[in-house]
Amino acid sequence: MNLHAIRAIYLFEMARMRRTLLQSIVSPVLSTSLYFVVFGSAIGGHMRQIGDVSYGAFIVPGLIMLSLLTQSIANASFAIYFPRFVGTIYEILSAPLSALEIVTGYVGAAATKSIILGLITLAVASVFVDLRIEHPVWMLAFLVLTAITFSLFGFVIGIWADSFEKLQMIPMLIVTPLTFLGGSFYSIDMLPPFWRAVSLFNPVVYLVSCFRWSFFGTSDVNVGLSVAMTLIFLLLCLGAVVWIFKTGYRMKT
Amino acid sequence: MQPILSLRGVSKTYATGHAALKDVSLEIARGEIFALLGPNGAGKTTLISIICGLVTPTAGTIAAGGHDIIRDYRAARSLIGLVPQELTTDAFETVRATVRLSRGLFGKAPAEAHVEKVLRDLSLWEKRDSRIMTLSGGMKRRVMIAKALSHEPQILFLDEPTAGVDVELRRDMWRVIRDLRDNGVTIILTTHYLEEAEEMADRIGVIRNGELILVERKEDLMRTLGRKELALQLAAPLAEIPAALARYPLALSPDGRRLVYTYTGTGDPTSISPFLQDVAAAGIAFTDLDTEQSSLEEIFVRLVRADA
Repeated sequence: MNLHAIRAIYLFEMARMRRTLLQSIVSPVLSTSLYFVVFGSAIGGHMRQIGDVSYGAFIVPGLIMLSLLTQSIANASFAIYFPRFVGTIYEILSAPLSALEIVTGYVGAAATKSIILGLITLAVASVFVDLRIEHPVWMLAFLVLTAITFSLFGFVIGIWADSFEKLQMIPMLIVTPLTFLGGSFYSIDMLPPFWRAVSLFNPVVYLVSCFRWSFFGTSDVNVGLSVAMTLIFLLLCLGAVVWIFKTGYRMKT
Repeated sequence: MQPILSLRGVSKTYATGHAALKDVSLEIARGEIFALLGPNGAGKTTLISIICGLVTPTAGTIAAGGHDIIRDYRAARSLIGLVPQELTTDAFETVRATVRLSRGLFGKAPAEAHVEKVLRDLSLWEKRDSRIMTLSGGMKRRVMIAKALSHEPQILFLDEPTAGVDVELRRDMWRVIRDLRDNGVTIILTTHYLEEAEEMADRIGVIRNGELILVERKEDLMRTLGRKELALQLAAPLAEIPAALARYPLALSPDGRRLVYTYTGTGDPTSISPFLQDVAAAGIAFTDLDTEQSSLEEIFVRLVRADA
């Protein structure tokens, strides 16, 4: 195991975050705060409670998931796409590194960043609304699991993309719609039966739902099922990564 | 002694059907400087990329320090440092951060003293905290070399190390390369500057259309293929070449004062002495004599042009 390499990649990537602090932290925090102002205070004031939770508090887990997903994907996809784009990937490919070590370094750093961001979002949210967290350990566990899963997904996108457009495409065209339709701002029980059934095919529903359970103890779907779905997606991403390194897809000729 | 690098029957055919390398076999001894020459697109970079793990060979085996580069890639790659041709750098990073990263990637524990030494040797120490994007092209080239040296490689590949580099920097680099060789590092470089190969290399390999058409010691190459000229400055002008010297390939300058004898280095090295005796026997006196040997550049041009 080349631990020095994992450490070097991890620290190098974390240094990039410190350098781009404004982009990495300030802008997602700002946009999340805007969601709170608009949905939580302005619109939420006119909304009824959902269960025994105020609407403002209800959207918090969904908003954290929203930034966790988008940031995990953005961090990890950019981290591996950029060296491919400028050519510095040659060094990674010529180093005595296994696929596992490369992925651990990049995905570890990307997940760390989005977890930090998720926690900051949580802190910002608690300024706006009264929050209770019933299962804090599970909350952290979901945070970590989701961050790692979607950082892996981002890594796959960063390898697949051969232009900046493609790098943006999946997050913009697939992830953002899925998150908005994944029950971040509403309970899927509020939907007509048909659309509720359709929503069950949206993986984000499971993430948001079990994350919300860790806060309020209530969930749209079964928590065990949610965890299982997330793990399946994690395994799919891992499979894609293994395949990428086995075939040298988009990295070697 | 076991070669530090050995290639057997290495071929590469790209998906497009382009055969970039054809059955290349080569052995490099520990501590030598090997120059790989060839026109653009001959396969030099492909060959280096295969050895360094950037390109998968279609056929053949390669061992570095006795370790197969695919089966035993960790051991093989940790011996190898690569300075690619393109200036690809982490533009937004500082010089020191990028050099530290390289050291870590190759599995070496952080060693600030070594990083400092490398940066000082390459005159980069003053720039250690500068972002790479603010450096000149020549400085960026040094950063690439510093990255490769950061992990103390046993084999160093330099792909066109001095392309686009000014004369002073080129001399600096030659000095660094010699120091490395003196410390036992094996160096394989590709270059367009034949002057560089002539100055530095112990052996020279020539690649043309993916085939390694020649590998020889530099001196042997120059001797076998070098054309030599012996010029005599005559004491009195000659109207024409005397019949006694007709069997030699001679040229007489228009003013009749300079007689040039062209011969190849292939022959008996004493072949000029019968000539000089015959000159003396013909009663020709000369005031001065000089010899000239064709440069590697001329040899190279002849080689790659021949039946190309």
